[in-house]
Amino acid sequence: MQDFHFTRPDDLAAAGQAHQASDDGAYMAGGQTLIPVLKQGLAMPEDVIDLNGIADLSGIEADGHGITIGATTRHASVAASEAVCQAIPALADLAGRIGDPQVRNRGTIGGSLANNDPSADYPAAVLALNATVVTDRREIAAEAFFDGLFTTNLNEGEIITRVRFAAPDRAAYEKFPNPASRYALVGVFVAQTADGVRVAVTGAGQDGVFRAAEMETALADSFSAGALDGIAVPADDLMTDMHAAADYRAHLITVMAKRAVARAAATA
Amino acid sequence: MPDITLNVNRQAVSKTVEGRTLLVEFIRETLGLTGTHMGCDTSQCGACVVHLDGKPVKSCTVLAAQADGAEVKTIESLAPEGEMNPMQRAFHEHHGLQCGFCTPGMVMTAMALVAENPDPTEAQVRHGLEGNICRCTGYQNIVAAVLDGAKAMRG
Ligand SMILES: Cc1cc2nc3c(=O)[nH]c(=O)nc-3n(C[C@H](O)[C@H](O)[C@H](O)COP(=O)(O)OP(=O)(O)OC[C@H]3O[C@@H](n4cnc5c(N)ncnc54)[C@H](O)[C@@H]3O)c2cc1C
Ligand code: FES
Ligand code: FES
Repeated sequence: MQDFHFTRPDDLAAAGQAHQASDDGAYMAGGQTLIPVLKQGLAMPEDVIDLNGIADLSGIEADGHGITIGATTRHASVAASEAVCQAIPALADLAGRIGDPQVRNRGTIGGSLANNDPSADYPAAVLALNATVVTDRREIAAEAFFDGLFTTNLNEGEIITRVRFAAPDRAAYEKFPNPASRYALVGVFVAQTADGVRVAVTGAGQDGVFRAAEMETALADSFSAGALDGIAVPADDLMTDMHAAADYRAHLITVMAKRAVARAAATA
Repeated sequence: MPDITLNVNRQAVSKTVEGRTLLVEFIRETLGLTGTHMGCDTSQCGACVVHLDGKPVKSCTVLAAQADGAEVKTIESLAPEGEMNPMQRAFHEHHGLQCGFCTPGMVMTAMALVAENPDPTEAQVRHGLEGNICRCTGYQNIVAAVLDGAKAMRG
C-alpha cells in the first residue's frame, strides 16, 4: 500500500478544509471498503482524512416522526439501538445482517451510502423509506442521491453528516446473502409509508439500487405476498456476474419481495 | 508520520507509525505479538481479529493511526504464558482446530460473543462466527467449542 498523510480533524469545517487543501484527499469512516481498496492499489490518495474524530457525526436521535442517524454511526450501533428497533425495526434488522460482526463494529452508514456498492444493504432502506441524506452543504432526497454503480450525487469533498428516516407504517428487508462476503446477491426492502408502498431492490441492478414499480402498484392494491404472484422484474437490466446470472436474480427478487411483504404484514 | 499512544494488553505504548501502517502490522511487527495472524488481503478471513475498545475488529482493516488513544487486546492477553483460559481450553478439548491458523481470530471473536451474550444458542454462535473462515475443520468442532467455552465461562 502506498503511504499517505493521515489526519484526524475534530470538526467538520477542518475536514472540509483538509480535503480542499489536498491534491488527492480521501475521507475515511469505517475503512471497511476504503482500506481494502487502498491495499489493492485501486486508490492512492495523498491524504487520508479520518472522520471518526468529529464527535457530532456519530449518534442516533429519535423524534415523533422517525430517526436521524449520524454518518459515522457503526452498523452494530444501529442494529442494537432501542430507538431504531422501536421506530423502524426493519432498519435495525438490516444493519444487523451487514457483513459480519467485525465489519459491523467498524463500518458506517455514511461510508456505505457514499460508496454506493450495487450489492450494499443500506441503499435499499434509504430508497424504500424515502430517506433524506444530509451533507455539510445541503439535503439530498434518496431518489436523487444514488447515481449508478459506485456513484452518487455527492460533489467533490462533500461530506454526508446524517441520514433522516421517517418511520413507515410497516416494513421489512429480506436478503439472499452471498455466502462468502454476506453482501446481497439480492436484497429487497418493502415499506408501507405515508408516500405509499415502496419496494427497493439492491444487489441486482446494472445501475445499482432501484424501485420495482410494478410490485409497488400491486402491493398498493393488496399488501400481501400473494399480490406479487406472477410479477417479476425483467432480467434485461439485471447484473450477471460470477455469483449469479440475471434470470436467477430476477427470480430471487420476487422470492425475497414476497418474504419481505409476508414479514412486514405480520408485524403490524 | 503519526505519533500514536495506545494501550495494548494493559500496557501503554507510544510509537511513530506510517499513515498506511495497519493495526495488524503494528501488533505483529512493531510489538512482536505474533499470535494475531494475517490470512488474507480482502478483509474476509478474520484470522486477525483483536478487541479494539472491547469490540472485535479485523486488525488488517483498521489503520494503526486510527487506534490512537484506544485500548487493544490480542490473543496474548487471555492467559498468562503457558496457561489457557476456559475458551482456549474448550477449543483444545473439542478439537476445534487443526492447523490452528484461524484459531486466534476464532477465540477472540468467541470471547467477544460470550461477553455480550453469555448463553448463546448454536444459531447465535454460527451467526457470530460469520466473519471467521476456517479452511480445515468444517466448523462443527469450533461451534461445539464456543458453546462449551461459554458454559465454562458462566461457571
Ligand atoms: C468482509 C466484508 C463484508 C461486507 N459485507 C457487507 C454486506 O453484507 N452489506 C453491505 O452493505 N456492506 C458490506 N460490507 C461493506 C461495509 O458495510 C462497509 O462498511 C461500507 O460499505 C463502507 O463504510 P465505511 O464506513 O467502512 O466506509 P469507508 O471504507 O471508510 O469509506 C468508503 C467510501 O465512502 C467515503 N466516505 C465515508 N464516509 C463518508 C462521509 N461521511 N461523507 C462522504 N464520503 C464518505 C470514503 O471516502 C470512501 O470513498 C462488507 C465489507 C467487508 C470488508
Ligand atoms: S487478515 Fe483476513 S480478515 Fe484480516
Ligand atoms: S484450523 Fe486450519 S484454518 Fe482453521
